[in-house]
Amino acid sequence: MDKFLQLTLTGLTNGAIFALVALGFVLIYKASDVINFAQGDFLLVGAYLTFGLISQVGLPWSVGMLIAIVVAVLLGIVVERLVLRPLIGEPIISVIMVTIGLSSLLRSVVIWIWGTMGAQFPSFLPSQPINVFGAVVPADRFIAIGLAAVLLVVFTLFFRYSREGIAMRATADDQQAALSMGISVQKIFAIAWSIAAVTAVLAGIIVANITELSFFAVSSIGLHVFPVVILGGLDSIPGAIIGGLIIGLLESYVGGYTPSALALRTVFPFIVLIIILMIKPYGLFGEERIERV
Amino acid sequence: MLALNNVEVIYNDVILVLKGMSLEVPQGKIVALLGSNGAGKSTTLKAISGLLKPEDGEVTDGEILFEGEKIHELEAANVVRRGIFQVMEGRRVFEHLDVEQNLIAGSYTRSDRQNVRQDIDVVYEYFPRLKERRRQTAGYLSGGEQQMLAIGRALMARPKLMMLDEPSLGLAPLLVREIFSIIRRINQEQGTTILLVEQNARIALDVADYAYIMENGRIVLTGEPAQLRDNADVREFYLGLNEVGTRKSYRDVKHYKRRKRWLS
Repeated sequence: MDKFLQLTLTGLTNGAIFALVALGFVLIYKASDVINFAQGDFLLVGAYLTFGLISQVGLPWSVGMLIAIVVAVLLGIVVERLVLRPLIGEPIISVIMVTIGLSSLLRSVVIWIWGTMGAQFPSFLPSQPINVFGAVVPADRFIAIGLAAVLLVVFTLFFRYSREGIAMRATADDQQAALSMGISVQKIFAIAWSIAAVTAVLAGIIVANITELSFFAVSSIGLHVFPVVILGGLDSIPGAIIGGLIIGLLESYVGGYTPSALALRTVFPFIVLIIILMIKPYGLFGEERIERV
Repeated sequence: MLALNNVEVIYNDVILVLKGMSLEVPQGKIVALLGSNGAGKSTTLKAISGLLKPEDGEVTDGEILFEGEKIHELEAANVVRRGIFQVMEGRRVFEHLDVEQNLIAGSYTRSDRQNVRQDIDVVYEYFPRLKERRRQTAGYLSGGEQQMLAIGRALMARPKLMMLDEPSLGLAPLLVREIFSIIRRINQEQGTTILLVEQNARIALDVADYAYIMENGRIVLTGEPAQLRDNADVREFYLGLNEVGTRKSYRDVKHYKRRKRWLS
């Protein structure tokens, strides 16, 4: 029983981190219909940049984290200016290909500056163990869950009630019609990419805090974004959260109850992904294509 | 209020679509712009509203003046802020948003946010059916309801000039009547100037104060609806009327020549 509880809690926290990354992905998809292959790489940027600012430059952690968030916002704006704006009106697939290029670019920059070697991350989040019904979980893992929950509520309200949020969904639905409303598509894209980058950077910082700073560990979390969003539905915010938690739990249980030599843990999310695609092609909560009959 | 002087529009740097288009829309009136497919009616509207750029179109000559100021180099968003709102052809409602969210999207450029709520009620007054469906996903509305929503969404921006691109497209005749009578009411009650692009010449001439007929990128005929209705060419090509009981005459054989004269 203890093992089960332990695995559940580990799964939920990992899932919350996946959900954070997926949230940004969904946001970009909702605003622009673009599948952002670079989403996982924002994680790397966040983790390494924060590490660099705190451990190498010697800034206090609060300042380092703040700068990392500001850089994420700027990154979103720069991507819109240099990458997306020239491609307005071009087929979506061109933009998607560009995000693959962006992904390589971000990775290369991180490797160029910091290399791929692991490093000790200056863990500033409190990590004292908390005892939950016999299972022991470090406090920083709860921060991940809490942050995911808060962002879920904030984003849901934002998209349902705020004018900017509605404008974002309108832009995703029909860019030209959105333009005719006087909605600035450029501004909407910049906002979406900035928020997406910020959530990913936050997730990257939390990951590095919980485990350690390792290029491969962080980028493998980025890879999970695809099974998560396809499971939850590409354009669903609750889907990103629930998809994240499901994948996190599955991975944790499979890893805990099967011999680790089989390495089922890493394959399993993708097996689930294929099954989901066969049964529900739009994911659990995805928007179906509307066809009037 | 709005004036186009010798406007030329080129798509993809090569295709000349508007070839010296001139047109005037006086304040408070309904002006109809008629013409067959491919005449350049929609391009004219897009040139005014700044929506040519995403389609690789460009105003290369002439000028578009709104309230005395040049607007053809403005971004679409700024044109909306000046008070021109285009209701695009084919309704183009935001399918995944509900009715009310569509209306809020229409009010995007408004700076007086506190009045938005009140204006939603004004829209519901014109289109009571939208009120019944306020929480429904717009993509599942009927064609007529979507057209109502598209016009309602335009009202939310409180435009000075509303440009309607074929509001009758794909609607049943009764519904077309209903929508046009509401367009008339909006013109009278809100004082909104209206530029109307239509294929359905009959109903457009019924509602308009003045009409332009365009062919092949320029205006070929202008006049008040009554004059145009009596014009032999308009009767034949746009209203589908023929001199009843007349025998097939030399005139009929020369159709194409008359048409050709317009085109040249």
